[in-house]
Amino acid sequence: MTPHKELEVDIWRGAEDGHFHRFRVPYRDNQTVLDVVTWVQRHREPGLAYRFACRVGMCGSCAMAVNGRPRWTCRTHVSKVSRDGALTIAPLRNLPKIKDLVTDMTGFFEKWQKAGGRHRGTASRHDPPARVPPDSAPRRAADAGVECINCAVCYAACDVVSWMPEYLGPAALNRTWTLLNDERYDERQALLTAVSVAGGCHSCHTHGSCAEHCPVGINPTLAIAGLKRATLTGHLPGGGP
Amino acid sequence: MNEARLYLLQRLSAMILAPFVLVHLGLVIYAVRGGLSAAEILSRTQGSLFWMLFYGLFVVAVAVHAPIGLRNVLREWTPWRGQGLDWSLTAFACLLLVLGLRAVAAVVL
Repeated sequence: MTPHKELEVDIWRGAEDGHFHRFRVPYRDNQTVLDVVTWVQRHREPGLAYRFACRVGMCGSCAMAVNGRPRWTCRTHVSKVSRDGALTIAPLRNLPKIKDLVTDMTGFFEKWQKAGGRHRGTASRHDPPARVPPDSAPRRAADAGVECINCAVCYAACDVVSWMPEYLGPAALNRTWTLLNDERYDERQALLTAVSVAGGCHSCHTHGSCAEHCPVGINPTLAIAGLKRATLTGHLPGGGP
Repeated sequence: MNEARLYLLQRLSAMILAPFVLVHLGLVIYAVRGGLSAAEILSRTQGSLFWMLFYGLFVVAVAVHAPIGLRNVLREWTPWRGQGLDWSLTAFACLLLVLGLRAVAAVVL
């Protein structure tokens, strides 16, 4: 990209009835989208609301829509995404806007609970730790999805969520899939019931937007396909109750 | 009926419909291009157990498949939910079944 001295950055201000404000931000060779938002807040608009914590792609709090695509802003370099020195930064889709770049993630987290995303173990702290063979098929299936950090990028990318507000969404269903593959989980049959509701795993259209956008490289579409299969056959990965 | 069962029924009915639709289209083209008259068609279908079973199963598969798909579309594109939706689509399924079987009876009996 040709270096520009200044970036033209359109940032969403307000809640649902807000609009974009344009800011001119100095261009740097090494600059993330989060750096741009921070610069605006420190130098132009102290009232700008946004979330971040770790700045290194671990906490999952800084996701925003950058030029229309949901991304972690801390791991997105401006040089990779700006178009002729222009950037558009908006709050994540499919979540109620609170103020500026901050969304209300309550519904997103509630859906994790609805999808059974809480560990219910077979053992207590007095039992010895379970030995799970690292190369067993269920363990590998769980490994593929377990690094999710709840950033809601997949949830914002999902068209089915935008059509059906009750759809549990890729992140919650991916979590259910990892638990279903965890032999230390006590109520795996109940997980299949939890995802067989209206707005459960069967609502997925297999578009694959979640997998396309996941910054960690998780494939929730594959996890949801696994859930669909398990609900049809009643077969639990690795056997068990 | 839970969503998993509806999902399964829709896929099973689709597996029936896919080849049946091709046979049906082939049949329509054959009848039209071959210039068969209504009387000629009826002479081949009346009393035919094969066509009765073929179109009977076709109608049942349609009556299962279409309302489940329509239910999904309505839930994605409208706020309509709950028992009102489910009963309406059950009624739609019954309507398809009755109209379809009546049509099958008309050509095979």
